[in-house]
Amino acid sequence: MSQASLSIVPTGGAHAHSDDSGPRTTLGFWIYLMSDCLIFCVLFATFGVLMANTAGGPSGRELFELPFVLGETALLLVSSFTFGLGMLAMQVGRSGRLVFWLGATLLLGAAFVGMEIHEFAKLVHDGAGPGTSAFLSAYFVLVGVHGLHVFCGLLWIALMIHQVTRFGLDAITRRRLACLSLFWHFLDLVWICVFTFVYLREFA
Amino acid sequence: MFGKLSLDAVPWHEPIIMGTLLVVLLAGAALVAAVTRAGQWTYLWKEWFTSVDHKRIGVMYIVMALVMLLRGFVDALMMRAQQAIAANGADGYLPPHHYDQIFTAHGVIMIFFVATPFILGLMNVIVPLQIGARDVAFPFVNSLSFWLAVGGAALVMLSMFCGDFAATGWVAYPPLSELGYSPTEGVDYYIWSLQISGLGTTLTGINFIVTILRMRAPGMSLMKMPVFTWTALITNILIVAVFPVLTATLALLAADRYLGMHFFTNELGGNAMMYINLIWVWGHPEVYILILPCFGAFSEIISTFSGKPLFGYKSMVWATSSIGVLSFFVWLHHFFTMGSGANVNAFFGIMTSIISIPTGVKLFNWLFTMFRGRIRYHSATLWTVGFMVTFAVGGMTGVLLAVPGADFVLHNSLFLVAHFHNVIIGGVLFGCFAAMSFWFPKVFGFTLNEFWGKVSFWCWIVGFNLAFIPLYVLGFMGMTRRMNHYAEPEWQPWLIVALVGALVIACGIGALFVQLYVSVRDRADNRDLTGDPWDGRSLEWATASPAPFYNFALVPRITSLEQHWDDKQRGRAHVRPLKYEDIHMPRNTAAGVVISALGTLLCFALVWHVWWLAIATLIGVVATFIARTYDRDVDWWVPAAEVERIEIARHAALAEVA
Repeated sequence: MSQASLSIVPTGGAHAHSDDSGPRTTLGFWIYLMSDCLIFCVLFATFGVLMANTAGGPSGRELFELPFVLGETALLLVSSFTFGLGMLAMQVGRSGRLVFWLGATLLLGAAFVGMEIHEFAKLVHDGAGPGTSAFLSAYFVLVGVHGLHVFCGLLWIALMIHQVTRFGLDAITRRRLACLSLFWHFLDLVWICVFTFVYLREFA
Repeated sequence: MFGKLSLDAVPWHEPIIMGTLLVVLLAGAALVAAVTRAGQWTYLWKEWFTSVDHKRIGVMYIVMALVMLLRGFVDALMMRAQQAIAANGADGYLPPHHYDQIFTAHGVIMIFFVATPFILGLMNVIVPLQIGARDVAFPFVNSLSFWLAVGGAALVMLSMFCGDFAATGWVAYPPLSELGYSPTEGVDYYIWSLQISGLGTTLTGINFIVTILRMRAPGMSLMKMPVFTWTALITNILIVAVFPVLTATLALLAADRYLGMHFFTNELGGNAMMYINLIWVWGHPEVYILILPCFGAFSEIISTFSGKPLFGYKSMVWATSSIGVLSFFVWLHHFFTMGSGANVNAFFGIMTSIISIPTGVKLFNWLFTMFRGRIRYHSATLWTVGFMVTFAVGGMTGVLLAVPGADFVLHNSLFLVAHFHNVIIGGVLFGCFAAMSFWFPKVFGFTLNEFWGKVSFWCWIVGFNLAFIPLYVLGFMGMTRRMNHYAEPEWQPWLIVALVGALVIACGIGALFVQLYVSVRDRADNRDLTGDPWDGRSLEWATASPAPFYNFALVPRITSLEQHWDDKQRGRAHVRPLKYEDIHMPRNTAAGVVISALGTLLCFALVWHVWWLAIATLIGVVATFIARTYDRDVDWWVPAAEVERIEIARHAALAEVA
C-alpha cells in the first residue's frame, strides 16, 4: 500500500474523487507524518542541546527508573502488535475481530499513558518538575508531546471502533484505519528513540 | 472569570490607537451595512465562506493579503514619519513601546499575512488549472487552511485594540520575548497568531504536494509541468519541511512563558541561542518559500509576453530545486555575530554565496527569453523587468552581507533592512502584483486596467528606490535598525528622503486600488471572451475566463510542455468534444469556518489566560472535526447536461470573438 501510494506517476484519466482518493489520502498522511517527525526532530535536538544543563538539579540518572520505563515500552510495543493483528483482521473483512484488537490496543495505549502520567506526577512530587532545569524542561516536553500524540491516537482508535460498527468496513473506514495504523506505528518508532536517547543513554 | 482580560486591556489613553479603532469600527460597520443592504450575506456564506473551490479560496487569500497590506503599510509609514522627525533630541510622536510594537507588527504582518497568503492564493488559483485538475487533493483542508490564516490575522489586528502586540521585533528573540522582559500579552498574541496561521500553512503544503504529485492530467510528466507549478511544488516541500520547526520553536517559547520552563531563559540552563538557530532554520527557507513561486510567475509572464518559450526550462527546474536544497544550509548567516567561530561562519558564508548561482541562472534565463523576442510591455512585463533590476541589486547586497567580515560591520544596520526589502519588495511583492495582473482575467473574466497598473508600477519602483537607497547609505553611516530616535543630525535628510519614498509607494498602493475599482467599473469593456487574453502558453489559458467551477469539461491529455500553445499552433485548441461526462465535485462545507472560528477563540483565551474558554473551545474544535468525519455526503455529481449547457455558452462566446 505504501509503495503504491508513494509513486509519483500521475493517476489515470479519471479525476473523480471516489476513484483514487484512498492512495491520495495515504500519501497526504505520509507527508503529514514526516512533518510531525520534524517536530520531534526539533524536540530531540533541543533535548540534545539541553540534556547536560541540569543547573544544579537532579540528573536523569538520579530520576529515571529503568524497569518502569521498560514496562511502558513493552506496553506500547505490544499495542503495535495488537494493532497489526487488527489490520490483518480488516484485510480479511472480519470487523468483529478488528474491533476486538482495536479495543486491546486502546487498553494497552491507555495503560501506557497512565504509566506516563504516574511517572510525571512522581517527578513533580519529588521536586523535579519541568521548571526545575532546562534539562527537565526538555525532558518533559519531548516525552510529554509523545504522550499527547498517544492520547490523540487513543481518541482516534475509540472513534474508529465506533465508525467500524456504524459504517462497516467501507472504503472510507479502511482508509482511515490505514492512516491510523501508520500513525500508531510511527509513535512506536518515536518512542523507541525516546527510550534509547532519553532513558537508556543515562545509564550507558 | 476572564483571566487577565479586563476593560483596562483597551488602550483608552492612546489617541492614535483609539482613532484607528474608530476608523476600523466605522469602516467595518459600513461594510456590514452595505452587504446587508445588498442582501448578500447568504450568497457570501454559501458561495464564498464555505466554498471549497480552489479559485475562490485563492481569491479570498489574495483579498486578505491586500487588506493586510494596507495595515502593514500604515505601520511602515508611521515608522518612516517617526524617524524623519525624531532627530536631535526630538522624541517624535510615537513613544518607544508603541513604536516597538509597530515595527514588530509590520514585519509579522508583511511576512505572514501579506506575502504568505498572497503566494498561497496564487498557488490556489493557478496550480490546479495548470495541471488540469478539478480541485486540490483535500478541498476541505484547503478551506480550513485559509480560515486558520484569517484567524491568525484577526488576532494580530485585535491585539492593537485589546492589550498590546509583541515589542520584540518580528522573530521575537529570547530572552527579550521571555516573561521577565515582555510581561504583557503582546508576545502571547504573537505566538498564538503564528501558531494558528502556521498550522494552516503546513496543511496547505501537504495539500499541494499531493495535488501536484497525484492529480496532474494524464501525460503530464514532471518535466512537462509548467514552471510555476514546479516552483509551487518546491515551495510546498519547503513549507512542509520548515513550518513544523516554527511550530515547535514557538511551542517551546510558549512553554517557557506559560509553564515556567527554561528552554530559552537566562536562568537554570536555558539557551537563548538555540531559539535563534531554530527560528532561522524556519526563517531562511521561508524567504525562498515566498520568492520561488514569484520566480515561477515571472517565468510564465516573461515567456508569454516575449512570445517565446521559456529559455532553459530544464535549468530553471534544476535551479529551483537546488535553491530549495541550498536554502537549508544558510540559516546561520542571520547571526554571524553570535560567535559560532570562524570555520562555522565561513561555511555558511560560502553556502550563502553559492545560492546566488542558481538564482543567477534564473536571471540569465529570463534575459535570454526576452532576447530577440517580440516583447509586449504589458504592466505584468513592467513588474517583471522592474523585478529583475531591483532583485539583482538586492541579491548583490545580500552577497555582500554573506561575507562574515563585512557582516560584522553591517549586522542589524539599516543596510540589512534595505537589503531584505530590496529582495522582498522587488521580488515577492512585484511578483505578486505581476501575477495578479497576469492571471486576474482567468478568475474574473475581465482584464485589469492598464493605465492604472502602469501608474502603480512607476510609483512603486520610484518610491521603492527613494525609500530604500537612503537606508543603504544610513547603514554605512552606522545607523542601526529599530531606532525610536537618534542624536545624529546628518542622518535626518536621508530619513526624510526615505519618508518621501514611502509616500510615493503610498501613491502606488493607491493606484493599485484605483486600478481594481476602475477595472470592475469598466468590466463590460474589458471582457476576456477567449479565455486566453495574452496569447498564453500553458494549460490554464485553454479553459474559459472566468474558469468554470469544474475547470475543464474534459480532463485534457498532455503531450507537450506548452500544451495550449502547441494546440493553438496545430489548430487543436478549443475543439468541442462530441459528448460531455458527469463530473464529480466536492461539496461546500462550513466545517473549516467553524473549526477556525473556535480555534481563534481558543488562541484568544490562551492569550488572556481564560482557561475555561480555552478548554471549551478546544473541545469544540475536536467535536466539530469529529462530526465532520461522520459526514459521508461530501461530494456531488455535476450532470453532463449541465456541463454541456455551460460549455455551449462558452463556445458561443468563442465563436463571437472569432
